Amino acid sequence: MASIFQGVGAATAISSSACFDSKKLIFSAATPRFLTEKKGSFFMVRSDGRLNHNNGISSRAEKIVTNAVAAKADAPAASATSKSGHELLLFEALREGLEEEMDRDPRVCVMGEDVGHYGGSYKVTKGLAPKFGDLRVLDTPIAENSFTGMGIGAAMTGLRPVIEGMNMGFLLLAFNQISNNCGMLHYTSGGQFTIPVVIRGPGGVGRQLGAEHSQRLESYFQSIPGIQMVACSTPYNAKGLMKAAIRSENPVILFEHVLLYNLKEKIPDEEYVCNLEEAEMVRPGEHITILTYSRMRYHVMQAAKTLVNKGYDPEVIDIRSLKPFDLHTIGNSVKKTHRVLIVEECMRTGGIGASLTAAINENFQDYLDAPIVCLSSQDVPTPYAGTLEEFTIVQPAQIVTAVEQLCR
Amino acid sequence: MALLRRSPHLLKPLTPPPPAASALSLRHAFSSDTTPITVETSIPFTGHNCEPPSRSVETSAKELMTFFTDMATMRRMEIAADSLYKAKLIRGFCHLYDGQEAVAIGMEAGITRKDCIITAYRDHCIYYCRGGTLLGTFAELMGRKDGCSNGKGGSMHFYKPNNGFYGGHGIVGAQVPLGVGLAFAQKYNKEDHVSFALYGDGAANQGQLFEALNMAALWDLPAIFICENNHYGMGTAEWRAAKSPSYYKRGDYVPGLKVDGMDALAVKQACMYAKEHALKNGPLILEMDTYRYHGHSMSDPGSTYRTRDEVSGVRQERDPIERVRKLLLAHDIATEKELKDIEKEKRKEVDDAIAKAKESPMPDPSELYTNVYVKGYGVEACGADRKGVKAVLP
Repeated sequence: MASIFQGVGAATAISSSACFDSKKLIFSAATPRFLTEKKGSFFMVRSDGRLNHNNGISSRAEKIVTNAVAAKADAPAASATSKSGHELLLFEALREGLEEEMDRDPRVCVMGEDVGHYGGSYKVTKGLAPKFGDLRVLDTPIAENSFTGMGIGAAMTGLRPVIEGMNMGFLLLAFNQISNNCGMLHYTSGGQFTIPVVIRGPGGVGRQLGAEHSQRLESYFQSIPGIQMVACSTPYNAKGLMKAAIRSENPVILFEHVLLYNLKEKIPDEEYVCNLEEAEMVRPGEHITILTYSRMRYHVMQAAKTLVNKGYDPEVIDIRSLKPFDLHTIGNSVKKTHRVLIVEECMRTGGIGASLTAAINENFQDYLDAPIVCLSSQDVPTPYAGTLEEFTIVQPAQIVTAVEQLCR
Repeated sequence: MALLRRSPHLLKPLTPPPPAASALSLRHAFSSDTTPITVETSIPFTGHNCEPPSRSVETSAKELMTFFTDMATMRRMEIAADSLYKAKLIRGFCHLYDGQEAVAIGMEAGITRKDCIITAYRDHCIYYCRGGTLLGTFAELMGRKDGCSNGKGGSMHFYKPNNGFYGGHGIVGAQVPLGVGLAFAQKYNKEDHVSFALYGDGAANQGQLFEALNMAALWDLPAIFICENNHYGMGTAEWRAAKSPSYYKRGDYVPGLKVDGMDALAVKQACMYAKEHALKNGPLILEMDTYRYHGHSMSDPGSTYRTRDEVSGVRQERDPIERVRKLLLAHDIATEKELKDIEKEKRKEVDDAIAKAKESPMPDPSELYTNVYVKGYGVEACGADRKGVKAVLP
């Protein structure tokens, strides 16, 4: 088992050298104990008020913490890292990352429906077409299969397209191109072609968008060999992951969430890139490891508030990298807490949680005191009615119950 | 000797050759002759929304000899692949191109190596024309290390990136949007080159083709769509699969040209015309009326949906190599014996390549994990037995 950590740890060290300014973000004041075990560089998650809180807690878990949650749209009172830094919404962070990369490399281009003149259906590409021109920010007809194929063909010659699916669910039409051409061309050509595309778009359950517009495609794409998948959840990691994905030589699928586009956060002014394969420590703790990603992170943090009031100390990790899993961070956490709860928005059957459960069970069997519990969405099409829709996804109350049961 | 019939100045070999090579050096003497010869194509071109090019094609002795030599090699290559498949050295799917050689060689003659070609799975000969080696072909077909894709692609995944050949794709029709992507990149980089996306009559009914046509026409991309119409999707004749088998007309707003795909010179003329058109006016469809002697693949006998008479009829009347042979003889560029010698020489070359490919080793087991991701990401990959087999994907 140690060899796995060696392998992954070394990998993290290698790939984290691509992140600049990471050292600046580590607080010497409040470094939790387990951080010193880790080899790679490390990011303190910085969303909203949590920073101040961490400074105060000094990471010893016995103290009861009263304010453990990232509020959704609060501007932080003071940011300990950067006195400068600017506040923006998540979609603006994505746009900033995209724009910086397009400025930096003329081969980066965007293609998708309504990304140009309209500015993007979620305003992620607003203002880019007037700046870079119609060919670089290309409005495509509604033909996902072929414009995804077109992007992949362009990538074969060396361009670096960012392909947008207006909603992740529409990319099902491009599944053949993504699976066979995007994922496998590097392999079947014996390494002669690289496909440095980024495929991005919003997915997940929104506000009563209906079954077909509330899909979670990460579960369908996860077994395609040759692609990487990441899910962003805060403006900070949205920008960082966007930049990293564009710079990556591998095809990367960046999953955004429809309901997270208006999250506000202060991000650094200086340039930074996030590590594509690294998970994010949202809240260090001692009693239980809660693994989550994308929107469920916020449900988990809300539940954490309640849990902390009840005396529990959950460790919350935003896994961020859906393929491959950051088993190094996860493993360290499991070794510490011995209990795992996975909270995800995918369906019960064949979701990311299912794969993660299998991976943790196989690798960290000896460190688990209790079976892994995976909370996922119901295996039903997402209904339109608001109350029913609420039942299909995991709610904070269910997370609290699950933790209480696991920690009994 | 046949040589006595030749014009006097050709009797003297250029250098005193060893006896065996006399035919060779003499052949080199006239086959490097580039004085233009004008030949008429077998039938005139038919245009859709465009002015078809003239029937008179300019060629030269050298070019015709190249046509003959290369087509003879390709024919030999495919027949050898047939035998290898039956000997179970080639497994899986093997789609052979014999009968259609004129399309590959004619296209190559009309364009440059900077122009891109992308095709589906019947790619051995196009790979060869784009600068691929016989060793690379046979080693890849047999799954060996020296194959053009290191043995990991197989028959349907031949590529030659530095010569503008983008493969080699298994899923019918999926290569057409990729081809439009190649044209997009050429427009993006402001290059003066075009991309040829080849597909068959079966793939012509795919939706993504029309999506790609629309995009190429909308943005004036230098994409040329070539429909290699061999009249049969795997086992279904074109009239049973397509309401309108006039594939060159199906682009509607995109102009089209129907070409006799068994006439290498017609193909060359059409491709030159298409390149000029695409650089000025955007996409064009070329329908190559061609025929395959083998079945769809080696798993298909090719006789359940068409008669043997039909196949032998086409072989007698329209065979591309025979057509070039007749031209060479008619224009006194080579004699029967010389051409037969070339074919023998090429057969030997193919046999040598096969022998060499057979000696090539199988890929190393560690190759299972290479090239999944681009180098630099130490991703762990495990086999079914997670304890036994572990590799870090390099």
